[in-house]
Amino acid sequence: MTVETVADAAGGAPPEPELVQLLTPEGQRVANDHYDALIADITGDDVRGMYRDLVLARRVDSEAVALQRQGELGLWASLLGQEAAQVGSARALRQQDHVFPTYREHGVALCCGVDPLRLLALFRGVDQGLWDPNETRFHLYTIVVGAQTLHATGYAMGVQRDGAIGTGDPDRDAAVIAYFGDGASSQGDVNESFIWASVTNAPVVFFCQNNQWAISEPLERQTRVPLYRRAGGFGFPGVRVDGNDVLACLAVTREALQRARDGEGPTLVEAFTYRMGAHTTTDDPTRYRLNADLEHWKLKDPIERVRAYMIRGDLADQAFLDEVEAESEQLAVHLRAACRELPDPTPTSIFDHVYVEPTPDLVAQRDAMTAYLDSFAEEVAR
Amino acid sequence: MTTTDSTQALAADRAATSRTSASSAQKSASANLNVIKAINAGLRRSMENDVKVLVMGEDVGKLGGVFRVTDGLQKDFGEDRVIDTPLAESGIVGTAIGLALRGYRPVCEIQFDGFVMPAFDQIVSQVAKMHFRSGGRLRLPIVIRIPYGGSIGAVEHHSESPEAYFAHTPGLKVVTCSNPVDAYWMIQQAIELDDPVVFFEPKRRYYEKADVDLDGSPDLPLESARVVVPGTDATVATYGPMVKTCLDAASAAAEDGRSLEVIDLRTLSPLDLTSVYDSVRRTGRLVMVHEAQRTLGIGAEVAARVTEECFYSLEAPVQRVTGYDTPYPPARVEEEYLPDLDRVLDAVDRTFGF
Repeated sequence: MTVETVADAAGGAPPEPELVQLLTPEGQRVANDHYDALIADITGDDVRGMYRDLVLARRVDSEAVALQRQGELGLWASLLGQEAAQVGSARALRQQDHVFPTYREHGVALCCGVDPLRLLALFRGVDQGLWDPNETRFHLYTIVVGAQTLHATGYAMGVQRDGAIGTGDPDRDAAVIAYFGDGASSQGDVNESFIWASVTNAPVVFFCQNNQWAISEPLERQTRVPLYRRAGGFGFPGVRVDGNDVLACLAVTREALQRARDGEGPTLVEAFTYRMGAHTTTDDPTRYRLNADLEHWKLKDPIERVRAYMIRGDLADQAFLDEVEAESEQLAVHLRAACRELPDPTPTSIFDHVYVEPTPDLVAQRDAMTAYLDSFAEEVAR
Repeated sequence: MTTTDSTQALAADRAATSRTSASSAQKSASANLNVIKAINAGLRRSMENDVKVLVMGEDVGKLGGVFRVTDGLQKDFGEDRVIDTPLAESGIVGTAIGLALRGYRPVCEIQFDGFVMPAFDQIVSQVAKMHFRSGGRLRLPIVIRIPYGGSIGAVEHHSESPEAYFAHTPGLKVVTCSNPVDAYWMIQQAIELDDPVVFFEPKRRYYEKADVDLDGSPDLPLESARVVVPGTDATVATYGPMVKTCLDAASAAAEDGRSLEVIDLRTLSPLDLTSVYDSVRRTGRLVMVHEAQRTLGIGAEVAARVTEECFYSLEAPVQRVTGYDTPYPPARVEEEYLPDLDRVLDAVDRTFGF
């Protein structure tokens, strides 16, 4: 693992960051003794499985963008271009690991078994996240960027207190992973979570998807050093991985999670990628970035390289690719219909779950709302 | 009510409040405690009863907190349960959220009132909303303890009363104790609650003492106000550090033949104003007292509700005695800023001027 020290980061002009890559944009497998060992167990089935995840994640995303354009969603935050970072890292998780996402981790959600319809429901404005974080281990989307890194760290401190690290039992030892972006790396909470995780040696992996854009702010507005090098200053290892390489993301995250489970503390993973779409459906990236950049990154597409790798290595045939395509189409058709059928919440449901038990004030306000709404029904009846 | 009656009632009620009765003295578990030691005893009891209860904050371990509220807890419960944290309030509350999601019941100490602001986002955007966001699936049984209020001669940020910010936030419960007995029970009740609680401690009253029956049970639910001293001529509603000030005002008023009913609100969110309404319907006059600045403070909400509920009983507009709408001033002038006995009595007089 690439461990940068404070001295490395401090001395003069920084050298070109080392990028862990196992699959070139052309789909060629790059040999790397250290990281190859970490994914030596990965079979053709596993690769095909990840390809399927990548395709489905992109399909959920493109369908959601379309639904927003049709007025069925209020907003959508596209993951286009970040599929490999999400699928690769998520496939490194074990059953007992927990995930604290921001609001763009649709691919991770899919891998954790969250029904994508639940993601649509949130962006449609039906609810604010009704999947079960305990069952899926995928916690609720956090919209204030960076706040969840502290929740992840606290959760990891709980894992420590439960004695669920360093026992050597692969079914018991647990890790926590916090997803965030290059923009969030400037937040105080992210920096505080680095400090807490470091001094408590918490079993947490900080997985930064550096998509190089925080809405319109480019990476150079957030940092003067490669983000993964920040870890050195906090006292734990940082590594930069090709975020468009699903195998490399899998290998790097596996290693980081295992360090956490073994009681060796936090790791910062910087998945270097690119936000191919807009920040959200309300954003217009043509105002602040060049089309040439986009074209450049299209050549590094995270799905195409896996497809090329599979074809090249006879890991998949056309029948398999067609099968995945058909499945993704089926999912899209389902989501399109199911999204439209999501029922709106009833007006008085806003009073539910403010507290565990409703307070007298809230009961009174709910009753007043009910009476007010009923008064219209009575008028109609008359 | 005559002056003598009022004084006797005051004395009787105070005795009841502080539980200094002979019966409790007979029990070995009764102790004469100040507010600090009472909260400490309450924390200790909660930690003994539930291994999931954690204490976390700056200097809460070896030092026992800057006010010694957590004195000795780390020695007895270990560093995993009494956590000395980095100096980062957002981190304290943010990690407490994660711990709560994992099944723990963290009690966070914010060292001083003004220092809660770095944690404001985690409290307001995350702690308060997680239960609602999750459709009731996730609970955050977190207690955030904050010593608050002035009159301690401190520098900036050490004397503020930020309770209204939190009472304005749906999803949080906000309570404040005013005496050792309530301090002992209310901290335990707050920890037992599955909702997040912001627990304000009146730091200028930290050294007030009373006999506390450690083995009894609380005489009131957490979310309820208390009529501390009954009266007939005017109602004075207050909470936290101003309860003692108002009781002193009631004693002084009694000497002048005026009977004040003093109500300790105890819970600021939700407000429990049933006893205030009952009282105002009898007295027709309400003076609301708090240290916090006036505009949009707890007093404004109480005044609005009393106007809604008791309009035909009011003989005078609700009077507010509060801090002024200025930043908390330098210590050498803070006593001019803070409500005191005379300002309370002056407001009572005003209610008789209509």
